[in-house]
Amino acid sequence: MHLTSEDLSAILLTLQLASVTTVLLLVLATPIAWWLAHTQSRWRAPIAALVALPLVLPPTVLGFYLLIALGPVGPVGQFTQWAGWGSLAFSFSGLVLGSMIYSLPFAVQPLVNAFEAMGSRPMEVAATLRANKLDAFFTVAIPLAKPGFVMAAMLSFAHTVGEFGVVLMIGGNIPDKTRVVSTQIYGHVEAMEYAQAHGLAAAMLVFSFLMLLALSWANRRRAQTAP
Amino acid sequence: MRLRPPRPCWLAVILSTAFVCANAKAEEVTVAVAANFTAPMQKIAQAFEQDTEHKAKLVFGSTGKFYAQIKNGAPFAVLLSADVETPARLEQEGAAVAGTRFTYAVGRLALWSKNPALVDNKGQVLLSNTTDKNSFKKLAIADPKLAPYGTAAMEVLDRMGALAKVRPKLVQGDSIGQAFQFVMTENAELGFVALSQISMDGRITQGSAWTVPQNLYTSLRQDAVLLPLGKDNAAALALMKYMRTDRAQTIIRTYGYTL
Repeated sequence: MHLTSEDLSAILLTLQLASVTTVLLLVLATPIAWWLAHTQSRWRAPIAALVALPLVLPPTVLGFYLLIALGPVGPVGQFTQWAGWGSLAFSFSGLVLGSMIYSLPFAVQPLVNAFEAMGSRPMEVAATLRANKLDAFFTVAIPLAKPGFVMAAMLSFAHTVGEFGVVLMIGGNIPDKTRVVSTQIYGHVEAMEYAQAHGLAAAMLVFSFLMLLALSWANRRRAQTAP
Repeated sequence: MRLRPPRPCWLAVILSTAFVCANAKAEEVTVAVAANFTAPMQKIAQAFEQDTEHKAKLVFGSTGKFYAQIKNGAPFAVLLSADVETPARLEQEGAAVAGTRFTYAVGRLALWSKNPALVDNKGQVLLSNTTDKNSFKKLAIADPKLAPYGTAAMEVLDRMGALAKVRPKLVQGDSIGQAFQFVMTENAELGFVALSQISMDGRITQGSAWTVPQNLYTSLRQDAVLLPLGKDNAAALALMKYMRTDRAQTIIRTYGYTL
């Protein structure tokens, strides 16, 4: 199996994109999931539906609307220009934004499940021990919900590695900036370079399998050693 | 796809003569059409159905995907490719009927912007410095590896001596359709697109454009080829002929292709 330097830089970029997206998504998804798990608000159902919505649109279509939104006449584009950041289309930051929207349901749902499974009891106990809410959240809720976090991270990472349509639409195929593994494989296939496509696809599958396996084992062990 | 067996003609003879006999021979052909040729082909298919009573079912997509599908048994009888290489390669590999290739259209390359003031009639904007008032941040092209229009765009940039200057501003779409989208949504101020995407009846429909002289790039010939499935299909054979009729060629020209 022979990988070109372009293939390797696509792999590296994919790992960067998936890592950055996963970290940012966990930060964003935690408060959303906490709120969804605990609120009695009548807005709960509509917000939950909104979070799940990226599942509905075909990724290239989602990417197309992102492209419009990021453009100079689109709402996001107007905001980023006003803020002096220029345009996000064809940039790594643009891909991160797109990936976060695309993978949002995969981060939020496992966290909601974990927070709901925890129930309100642990936080109440923490409160009687005079832990303030924030303190209790970090020292009680997060450790208890750890399997949920691991699951959310795994799904977000894997889903971003496999992301294609959104990147294709807003990426512009720029080496080292927006050319990720999935678009690189697609390019090989379209150019009828099947041997290279096979090599890169195999590398991606093996790597992802091993990574998911490792995470899954680590999660298992932690669950068993937990008090 | 299963081909409809020819209907028994005796019933036709009883009902009436000329019309029904023609109808009895009517068949259906599934055609793989290069995405850049979508609009003209829809028109041609309509005319084809009116004139021959055969039916053409159109499938649009990229030539690279069609190649993979045809090699793996896709039910296409005719391929209208976006290039000349793919039909030739299919023929070489025995996946197309030898001796049936011909050029059905020649694409024209255009430099296009939605800004009505950006593109001059010599493409000098490509040589502008980033500090110039009339400059651009992104130039969209089709991926030169995947699309003949992308290769042509690179040739033009090279011959104009603009390639080095423009390279950091290049963004690539996976097809000429995507290069068009990048400019249409104004994410790229400028882009090389197909003239057929931005002109109707010889006029640019919006923004500003430079129709690149054909001596600046290798001809964008698009070849058609008959596939084995179409060898005995009357509709496929008729369509191959029909593409060369005046009526079809007029439609092709209307959409900004030459012949």
